[in-house]
Amino acid sequence: MLVSVYRYNPEVDDKPHMQDYNIELPEGRDLMVLDVLQLIKDQDPTLGYRRSCREGVCGSDGMNMNGVNGLACITPVSAAAKNGKLILRPLPGLPVVRDLVVDMTMFYQQFEKVEPYLLNNTPAPAIERLQSPEDRAKLDGLYECILCACCTTSCPSFWWNPDKFIGPAGLLQAYRFLADSRDTATEERLAGLEDPFSVFRCRGIMNCVAVCPKGLNPTKAIGHIRQMLLQRGS
Amino acid sequence: MVSRVSGATNLGRNGLHDWVLQRFSAIVLAIYTLGLLGWFAVNPDFSYGAWRGLFDATWMKIATLAAIIALCAHAWIGMWTIATDYLTSLALGKAATFVRLLFQAGCVILIFTYLVWGVQILWGL
Repeated sequence: MLVSVYRYNPEVDDKPHMQDYNIELPEGRDLMVLDVLQLIKDQDPTLGYRRSCREGVCGSDGMNMNGVNGLACITPVSAAAKNGKLILRPLPGLPVVRDLVVDMTMFYQQFEKVEPYLLNNTPAPAIERLQSPEDRAKLDGLYECILCACCTTSCPSFWWNPDKFIGPAGLLQAYRFLADSRDTATEERLAGLEDPFSVFRCRGIMNCVAVCPKGLNPTKAIGHIRQMLLQRGS
Repeated sequence: MVSRVSGATNLGRNGLHDWVLQRFSAIVLAIYTLGLLGWFAVNPDFSYGAWRGLFDATWMKIATLAAIIALCAHAWIGMWTIATDYLTSLALGKAATFVRLLFQAGCVILIFTYLVWGVQILWGL
């Protein structure tokens, strides 16, 4: 199979280029894209990419495969390749450190903005803060995010304003804590989200939903945040 | 919250205000457009006199003025969004703020002209 990989080493290259590799795939098996990268690495040890758990849990190997963001470790080659060709690029919209490795700083800065941890100003109980099963169920579909950045880097609003728009991953977490019955900072959290960029730069195109490898729905969470802001402001 | 984002040139006080205004103005424009289409449907062979009669009515002047104001608000929020998406320092470097303000000033002048012109047409017939 012909695999075309984005290559860029800022210490050597003036600009990025695509490098083609011919890879022999084993017959009768459908490899994951990460397996193909390993086969390329065996041929060419200079190729750089991130990987860790190789089973869709750590979120390290988010990349753009034939134009679609996803995790290389859980994307079968048969699903990613088009016309017998696999095209691998780094996640779009973030600075490239080297080859398929991107600098995630801007992504993490937006994540930090939403204060992704429980804020509770009441005295801590002796053991734990209890939550009813119904309230706990409200967090389903929100807490499972692995921060792979596939959604945020597929979002044009983040491409245009990565310093101002929080992006789908950050906003999913913002709603995860707005929806948490144990959190008491709802007012402060909402006050930090009502500007024209943080939430409202979302135009609802749902690229985030289309690419999320965990099947989550950031657009729905953003809709809930808008409703909360509307209730608070009207 | 870490470093809040602010907007100085958007129409409303904040993003929520703009968002509500954009949706409200869209509803006003949709109702006005459907109303006009309905009028055309029940007046298939409309004449200048009928058209004139429609716009002589005070309620039609009010509805049209509401539609013009809604269009102005809707257009400004939309153009502001476009300007702050594409005319940024990421795309244009140091000249971005100047170019963006110039573009926004052009939009304001155009929108204000349409508003005054619209009023003039409505009450000048």
